[in-house]
Amino acid sequence: MKLNAERRADIVILQPVGRIDHQAAEAFSVALAPYLELCNASGERLLFDLSALDYISSAGLRVLMIATKRTKLVGGHLAVAAPQDMVREVLQITRFDLVFPVHASVADGIRAWSGDAGALTPDEN
Amino acid sequence: MNKVAAALHAANGRRFDNVEAARSYATTLPFAISGTFGGHSSCVELEITPPSAASHEYFLCDLGSGVRPFGSQVIARHGVHAPNTFHVFISHMHWDHIMGFPLFAPSYLPGNELRIYGCHRDLEAAFRRQHGSPSFPVEFDQLGASIKFFTLTPDTTHHIAGVNVTPILQLHAGDSYGYRFEYNDKIVVYSTDSEHKLNAPAATERFVDFLRDADLVIFDAMYSLADAVSVKEDWGHSSNVVGVELCQLAGAKHLVLFHHEPIFDDARIAAVEAESRRFETITRRVYRALEITAAYDGLEMEL
Repeated sequence: MKLNAERRADIVILQPVGRIDHQAAEAFSVALAPYLELCNASGERLLFDLSALDYISSAGLRVLMIATKRTKLVGGHLAVAAPQDMVREVLQITRFDLVFPVHASVADGIRAWSGDAGALTPDEN
Repeated sequence: MNKVAAALHAANGRRFDNVEAARSYATTLPFAISGTFGGHSSCVELEITPPSAASHEYFLCDLGSGVRPFGSQVIARHGVHAPNTFHVFISHMHWDHIMGFPLFAPSYLPGNELRIYGCHRDLEAAFRRQHGSPSFPVEFDQLGASIKFFTLTPDTTHHIAGVNVTPILQLHAGDSYGYRFEYNDKIVVYSTDSEHKLNAPAATERFVDFLRDADLVIFDAMYSLADAVSVKEDWGHSSNVVGVELCQLAGAKHLVLFHHEPIFDDARIAAVEAESRRFETITRRVYRALEITAAYDGLEMEL
């Protein structure tokens, strides 16, 4: 499991790569921690680009649940975008699609947060 | 009402000449319309050898309300004079897991023997407390059967009437215990009222080992995963998705979704069963195929 990060305006796009199974969930949690520190009402928003995520276990989803709880507590914003078909189905079956917004694409996720047009790339505009 | 409406709609104008024809048609409808998953609380029988009218050794897990119809079947099979032995394994003493005992008719019959096993030291006290005033009109000591309690040690294999039984401590308020039963080459695991925290790979591995190569896993699948790790965290129950994952990692063959959420109707439980099967299919990858069945009152499976 690898976590790529890219900043666009006040949005941090986090891209987990590969599989987040029971063994990798802890590494995912550790990699995510510094970005959660910055996510609050006046800070950065977190958008997970799931396009390179092949699999996420219940342990990995638990990490996303904790991240969601934490960001909500401090008035921050968290969403996911561009899940592969399998991961999208997993989000539906586990009801995690009711926990945070699931956008079809990263561009859709950025657009959903008003005032972030500057975060779109020319291709996404 | 919804089921009747769904059945009439599905019939789409068909005519039935008699009740038997209608009954035959009803068997073609989805289970959630033609039947019901039921509502009894936990009680599972493991039939080690086929019973006959002669005396028999029965194996049970928990004594929820489901034990009442079971007791009636036992008496219908043997009458009231054949002495039977009942080996009963108790996950924990929350009321829904022992509430059927006062209505278990064989416990009133002299000659029967009940051997009740568990890992809680106050097992007998819990049974005595629900018998007698003000909860029940019959005192525990008035029961006709011989009733004995045995304390088992977790993580230790006990040899009981030819069956190897291994309890494991589970996460639940007041503790609960799962049981792994091994007889000849068959393995059945009964694991209800058990939360899985998912925050420690070592704990996951421990439970995967407990389920290893099981032919059948009866698993607490009460909540959705999202509920189990959020609003219902620490409520002591698990989810269908965690059941599938643990069975996949353990190489288990058949998962039975058990201890359904009481607020779910039949349609919702059927949907959970279908979603669980879909989840297993899309995440199977290197794992063996896993059969999945949602438990219902009266379900029988042969291994």
